[in-house]
Amino acid sequence: MIGSPDVVAFTKEDDFGDSFSDPLSLPDEFSVPLFTHAANANPWTKTSYAKFSKDFILISEFSEQVGPQPLLTIPSDPKVCGTFDLNYFSLRIMSVDYQASFVGHPPGSNYPKLNFVEDSKVVLGDSKEGAFAYVHHLTLYDLEARGFVRPFCMAYISADERKIMQQFQELSSEFSKASECLKSGNRKAFANELEKKLKDLEYTRSVLHKETELQKMNNGCYSTQAIEKANELANVEKSIYEHKDLLRQITSYPSRRKRDVDFVQCEAEKPPVMDETLKDTNPSDSAENTVETESRKSSYTPQLIKAKSAKCFDKRLKTLEELCDTSFFLQTLEQLNAVEKSFRGDLCFIYTSQIDRALVSKQRVTSFLFEAEHDWEDGGASKNFSIPSNNPTIPILNFSGEPLSLDSYTTCIDVDHLKPGVESGEGPPESSTSDITQETSEAADTETKGSFSSDKSIEALGSVSPSSLQTNFFDGLERRSKISIPSYSDNASSSIAVPHRRSDGNLVQMDAACCIGQDGFIFEDPLPELAQECCGDTVVNQEPLSLLHGDPALQMDYILEESPNMGLTFSELNTSVLSEEVAKINIEDVFDRTSFMSISTSSDRAVSPFTYGSALTVKQKKKAGHSALRFIRQYPFAQQAISCLLSGRTLVILGVDEGTVRKLVNALFIFVPNLGKYGETVQPWLSTPFQLTDLQRWKLIGLQRAVSPAGSSILHSLNRYSRYISILDCDNKTLRCPPYKGTLISHLADHRTQIKRGSTYFLHIQGMLTQLTAKAFLYTFCHHIHLPMDINDQGSVTSRRTNFLLQLGYTVEESKIIQYLSELIKQHYIHGSAKVGNPSFSFNYTTSYLYKI
Amino acid sequence: MLRWILGGREAQGAVEKSAALFIGEEQPKNCFTEMQVLKGHFDIVRFLVQIDDLRFASAGDDGLVLIWNVETGDCLLELRGHTQQITAMTSYTFIRGGNTHTALITASSDRTLSLWDPDSGNRVQNISDLQSSVKCLLVLNLLDMWLSGGNELCVWNQDFELQCKTVHHSDTGISAMVELPKNFIAAAMDKEIVIFKLNVSGSDVAVMAIRHLADHQDTIHSLISINDGLFASGSHIGELIIWDSVDWTIQGYELILWEESKGDGHSEVKVTQQKQIERSIQHMSSDGELLVAAVGSGLYVYNVLTKTVVAYRKMAHDSNVLHTMIQTDGLMSCSEDGSVRMWELQDLPLPAEPASSGFFGMFGTFGRSSKHAGPPAKKLPEVPDLRSLELIGDLIGHSGAVQMFVSFEQKALVTCSTDHLLIVWKDGELQSQLRSLAVFQKLEENQQL
Repeated sequence: MIGSPDVVAFTKEDDFGDSFSDPLSLPDEFSVPLFTHAANANPWTKTSYAKFSKDFILISEFSEQVGPQPLLTIPSDPKVCGTFDLNYFSLRIMSVDYQASFVGHPPGSNYPKLNFVEDSKVVLGDSKEGAFAYVHHLTLYDLEARGFVRPFCMAYISADERKIMQQFQELSSEFSKASECLKSGNRKAFANELEKKLKDLEYTRSVLHKETELQKMNNGCYSTQAIEKANELANVEKSIYEHKDLLRQITSYPSRRKRDVDFVQCEAEKPPVMDETLKDTNPSDSAENTVETESRKSSYTPQLIKAKSAKCFDKRLKTLEELCDTSFFLQTLEQLNAVEKSFRGDLCFIYTSQIDRALVSKQRVTSFLFEAEHDWEDGGASKNFSIPSNNPTIPILNFSGEPLSLDSYTTCIDVDHLKPGVESGEGPPESSTSDITQETSEAADTETKGSFSSDKSIEALGSVSPSSLQTNFFDGLERRSKISIPSYSDNASSSIAVPHRRSDGNLVQMDAACCIGQDGFIFEDPLPELAQECCGDTVVNQEPLSLLHGDPALQMDYILEESPNMGLTFSELNTSVLSEEVAKINIEDVFDRTSFMSISTSSDRAVSPFTYGSALTVKQKKKAGHSALRFIRQYPFAQQAISCLLSGRTLVILGVDEGTVRKLVNALFIFVPNLGKYGETVQPWLSTPFQLTDLQRWKLIGLQRAVSPAGSSILHSLNRYSRYISILDCDNKTLRCPPYKGTLISHLADHRTQIKRGSTYFLHIQGMLTQLTAKAFLYTFCHHIHLPMDINDQGSVTSRRTNFLLQLGYTVEESKIIQYLSELIKQHYIHGSAKVGNPSFSFNYTTSYLYKI
Repeated sequence: MLRWILGGREAQGAVEKSAALFIGEEQPKNCFTEMQVLKGHFDIVRFLVQIDDLRFASAGDDGLVLIWNVETGDCLLELRGHTQQITAMTSYTFIRGGNTHTALITASSDRTLSLWDPDSGNRVQNISDLQSSVKCLLVLNLLDMWLSGGNELCVWNQDFELQCKTVHHSDTGISAMVELPKNFIAAAMDKEIVIFKLNVSGSDVAVMAIRHLADHQDTIHSLISINDGLFASGSHIGELIIWDSVDWTIQGYELILWEESKGDGHSEVKVTQQKQIERSIQHMSSDGELLVAAVGSGLYVYNVLTKTVVAYRKMAHDSNVLHTMIQTDGLMSCSEDGSVRMWELQDLPLPAEPASSGFFGMFGTFGRSSKHAGPPAKKLPEVPDLRSLELIGDLIGHSGAVQMFVSFEQKALVTCSTDHLLIVWKDGELQSQLRSLAVFQKLEENQQL
């Protein structure tokens, strides 16, 4: 955590002007935008009076039968929208001038022509409703619809106007991905539909042909019936021709698009589906596909098509799910859910977390130590929003000679984000954005407070001057791209200057804690009963007792875990047994629910973050901050305990009561360096004697003190390995560990600290640890202290190292911390984040003392 | 020391029993501050053989031979083939086509002998129809031959062809062998040492017993070569005999009694109450001048040149010492108690005063020809050059008896144990520096420097 949202409130324009520039201050691109305090003294006052409680995503359709109508919201909980009039808002967003090119008979062409219309992106505000929306229009193809198209729109609706404005680019990029997913599903469905229709038509033609022959034979060539039949036949022929042409068009959809950034996610997960369906009209198909196609074709019995089609209003229009393939539809919903999560919370929080991520991504050498693991670290294996690294650089605009209607998306925003190469040379194309057209602003509803359209219209807001808005916006854009480009320098797909969103929502986790103003509640720990209850019906399972009625997977784990010498940790086991995704989502939901409903309570029992196979999140760490705060207030030897953890000496927490032990583990795990994505280096509760190998694997162990024979062998192992471990006895409230002398940790864990809240304390810890990490980085990569002057120079290297640490102002104990962190950094740098085959385990021979309360 | 955890009285007693030798956690002279646990065996690991600067082999009761890289701790190869426990293992260096090759010879209870190539993991040679299992192996580098000792002594050439063998001896068989000058071999068989003569004339090889040295009163457990002129044997009741390698005469005789010092009535009572103190010589090692013997749970350092005892410690470990090694200024020992201890030879602060006579037992020093235990003779002050063995560090990690260890000098110390594990102990500071070098090398490779 580098950027701290808590800081934002205290930043304000300094009075000294520009004359003095602090050499230590952050570069401009990382600074938090200052709150314009002139207008409004309190940045947290809720200026809007929106009728909905939090941001949501709305999908609407302009139905040809009933007009604009809302289809669904994300989240689907009706409470979210409150009394907000979705119908009215749908009308508003669908009535925005949307330049979709409808399919029709273009001049000079006999056949209908499909336009592959680019989506349009508009910002729209409604001061009456207090709602501001990013609106993303798209069209889907439907054979039965008028002009073959169905206009839809997805809107991100928020009460915070600045959020929409400043996050426009991110929103646009995320919604483009979702839209792309919908559209590719739709193309598949449309092609299928066309094929069926063609079958029908061909069948009809053959029937008509027979009938015509019959008529001719019976009544002669020029009878009325015969002529009618012939006309009908001709119509069918024409129709077949048209449909074939449509099919050709839809299947000739630029294949290069497949490699498109936005598109790959759909591809990656459902690779075969669309291509083969679209291709199966090609003669050059593989045998397998043909067989498959044939079998499908044969399963379809063609139907006779009436000459007169049913009335437009009689037929039932296809639902969105039918229009797109179901799997694509569900995938889109999943993506949109993730989008909703990632944009939850106050703008300042989103902003700082973006800066945070950008900064962390620059620190891959050290970020593994204390930062929460991020998606980019597990490479291409991550989910929806990651950009595969093997992706070639393809700006979307670069198709030439493809059947695209280019005019629809030559907008400044698109250019800006699709052609990042341009921006370095030219900067954002100001001219087009500043083109404020009187017509559009007049044409728009007068109630519309502002509308920022990607297609060349920016409407002036009533109170804010357009120029300031723009500059502000583009500052944001520019800054974003400056930040994000370097973070992708390793990816081939660096062309997209937008950071991919994390779907597991690290963003979300802090919203409740930091954004007091947003929903108006103050965050403390969740209600314990509630959390327990929630945990009960999800994968989250923290009580071994629940084994009795637990699910079989967990039972198996437990048994395996019990057997000694298996060489498997249960985090290893469980990650394989349980789907990481599921666990993660569930726990996420649990926490969101609890925080959403939480009332200010101070719970005694913290929820253990160590759930089977689920990744640790920043949110859990923040909660741990609360426990840590209690710990340092309660135990005078907290500093020694923390010093042990930081210097890599395994800390064993021994106790009879599992709850107490887990609580202490929970309070201390945030101090464990290189915690691992799933907290692999922590074993919250162990009831079997630990082995030597466990000491090199676990740095924080909760151990059961039992009276059984197993208990005595546990004590034996404690005794035997006492030189490698520190023991915190939570029954007797003692700690046995080496002494710590120094001031560093007293800053980190001052029992008289004025910090009241766990999340604040967590940020304090993170700040201190980041500082420590920086020193460790310095120590690791200062080559003059490590490289020997000559071959027989080992001794001088040792003394140079020691002197360096002394010069940094560290005591012997603190030097051990730096050295341990440095060793971790070295190993991480040499081996990468992949697990080293056989890790070694370092220790010191130092005397331990017994500390009591 | 963990009394506060254990709480009980028994614990207190247990702590006090070993209190005198408890070094504590402050060990500034112990440089082994990094360990790596190597897993791979499924049963007791008994043998470690160094192959080259980087590799070593381990073998044990599971019949597996594993080859390891000492720097990375990676298991390089698994040599499978033996169906029963391995009883002996040695490295065999030979020259083929101008290149020096190192191979491994293993012997197993399944009555097979195998030659392994540690580079490819192939079982190059295998002999399976032996009459008895082999207990010891000896490579004669000069003759480019090797010997196997079990119930009989067999002589093999480098192609694993049996050259000759002795007649069946006894059920006890040969437990240890050393090479003597002029193609003589000394072999320990129960209580006697048999000198064999190896006659090599052209392609004919013959072996015959020349002499039986029956000076030991009990079973010989240990037989080592000290230098070109001397070899030593140690028996179950603590007899240590230094032999001349050429004429097989006794050069030195020590009977290590580990008795409590007389004149102290209190301790006399104790002696009668306690069971016979183990004084079997389990293992000996020598650097040509000093000889260290593992006597029961004690250590005994003897100077073979001056024929005087240098230092001793009766209770060096809590249990029997299994393996020892002499280093510069000190020695190392490992024991059934699961620890490895490092000792330093220090001059006694005041040589005239018996610094620790109250605790340590007496010892007997006997003349060259004396064969029976005389009266416990000399008091401590009469030994001029007596030094003390001070514990400077211990390595705790194994949960079972540490069977043996092999040292890679600066690089590492490898221990193997009954708990199926191997542990590589390293100098943490040195490793840290090596890792720093690796980091800068990688930086350079990535051109980030």
